[in-house]
Amino acid sequence: MNPQPGLRFTRFTAWLLTRSLLLLAVLITFIPFMWLVAASFKSNEEFFRSTFLPMREGSWAVDWSRLTFDAYKRLFVEVDFGRGLINSIFLSSVTGVLATLCCAMGGYALARFNFKGRGFCTALVLAAVLIPGPLLLAPGYQLLYNLGLLDSFAGLILPAIAPAFGVFLFRQAVLSGVPTDLLEAARIDGAGEWRTFMVVVLPLVRPMIGTFLMITFLGVWNNFIGPQVVLQSPDKFPLSVAVAELKRGYYSDYGLQMAGTVVSILPVMILFLLMQKDFVSGLAAGAVKG
Amino acid sequence: MSAKAAAIPASSARSPLAPWLFLSPFLICFAVFTVYPLIQAVLLSTQTTFGPGATRFVGANNFVALFRDPLFWKACSNTLIYTLGSIFIQLPLALGLALLLESPNLRGRSWLRLVLFSPSMVGVVFAAMMFGLIFEKRTGLLNQLLHGTLGIVGIEWDLDFGWLQQHVMLGLIVASLWMYVGFNMTFFAAALQNVRKDLVEAAIVDGAGPVSRFWNVTIPAIRPVAGFVVLMSVIGSFQLFELPYIMFSSSAGPDNRALTIVLYLFQNGFEVGDLGYATAIGWALAVILVGCTMVQRLLARGEEASA
Repeated sequence: MNPQPGLRFTRFTAWLLTRSLLLLAVLITFIPFMWLVAASFKSNEEFFRSTFLPMREGSWAVDWSRLTFDAYKRLFVEVDFGRGLINSIFLSSVTGVLATLCCAMGGYALARFNFKGRGFCTALVLAAVLIPGPLLLAPGYQLLYNLGLLDSFAGLILPAIAPAFGVFLFRQAVLSGVPTDLLEAARIDGAGEWRTFMVVVLPLVRPMIGTFLMITFLGVWNNFIGPQVVLQSPDKFPLSVAVAELKRGYYSDYGLQMAGTVVSILPVMILFLLMQKDFVSGLAAGAVKG
Repeated sequence: MSAKAAAIPASSARSPLAPWLFLSPFLICFAVFTVYPLIQAVLLSTQTTFGPGATRFVGANNFVALFRDPLFWKACSNTLIYTLGSIFIQLPLALGLALLLESPNLRGRSWLRLVLFSPSMVGVVFAAMMFGLIFEKRTGLLNQLLHGTLGIVGIEWDLDFGWLQQHVMLGLIVASLWMYVGFNMTFFAAALQNVRKDLVEAAIVDGAGPVSRFWNVTIPAIRPVAGFVVLMSVIGSFQLFELPYIMFSSSAGPDNRALTIVLYLFQNGFEVGDLGYATAIGWALAVILVGCTMVQRLLARGEEASA
């Protein structure tokens, strides 16, 4: 059957319109970051001469010789930004692993044990999700002051390893992914509670472990207000605070600020691309079901 | 769900302590770092402090002062404008993108979804750094792009136009669009899977055009997720802090035009050193957000009941 010419025309218009709008969205997504990366390799004079990459006179070829690693050199040699990178990696991974373990254990207990107080604990977890973080900022700071934990990594890690929504997520994951028969079987085989958890439960909730590790890792990496409030010594600053310090201390040195921002964003982007499959689908599925 | 869980036979081999041991790391940390500070937040809001050590009881004075504090109201109105901006600009765009991604025979759909989602992985601090540089006067991307493109049609764009000085809220909203449109799109895209194909086809048979199909079939199907997305946007927007604080170089912007509720809380608690007043601001925020959550839940329940 041949569609009418008019219909074919509107179809083509719709095709063209959707594709160009999507292309526009992709461009708007990419351009700021691409510009940032390109500009971080420029000298101060070059900022004014080209918007993206420097071109040779009268041609479309990129003039690579006008690009420089200078900003990165200064970033790691003069400012010691590598320290911030190491601090961020350390804080994010330690918090991520501890929080995941803590929440998986708690979620498993709430989902697959019968005990007095389970209802109360579940209600507590659900209610805690409502508390906005900024409310606890000042009293949390006072607590860390009294415990002598200000300006320490422990003061950042300990409050972050018990997020209530994590327990909730793992409770859901265990309810839907760990059959009771399997737990009974493990018990009949003589496995202790801890062994059952490690060998039977954890492998069954692996997708949630991946998603939650990623959420926590990113959350700590991107957290600014926590380390800004808790830490005082510059050698303990993670990237989020270190990059803000660049803006304070080197406010007219755009190259340095750009390089610092690129170094802070890139690891997260690489990690995201490596783990994206489970992450995006898991997140969306959780929203629709929840 | 709880009924199903309750049906587990209480095996005699299981120690009654086991669940508590599994819960203990969480419960201890939760008690120390969430429950205790929450109780302290009640006490702190009745005190004036000079740093974390020196406190003085002032009763309800913090809340009285808060009500009369023009800067607090300024922070509230700025936050509200930003929130409305994120709901009424951001969410329709996110839904639009999700619909575009649904178009038939689209190649690279999952790649597109991934690309559009990726900015939300960038931390607010880093996005704020980036957009601060983009809005910069002479060297910024925006002024250079405008100068270049408008130059072609003969308009001389001022390279020294101060976006951050002239259009404070616009800067914040644009940066948050870049960060979160793709994120919200992901939820709408998942919700669009709930649209029943048979209803769409029935509507086509009945002669309904695309606009009428959108309002009568698509919107009702995605309404529950949309309610959730709106609530998340409100909660997130009301806690806006890093974006203005970093973009305006550790300040609240010219004339406090970028002052938000959490930024004001931060200034009072950690620049002035009055943790009591900061906590009072925190309570105001909590009341607003818990209120919004309750309203959303009531609305959702009402819809379920009438459906």
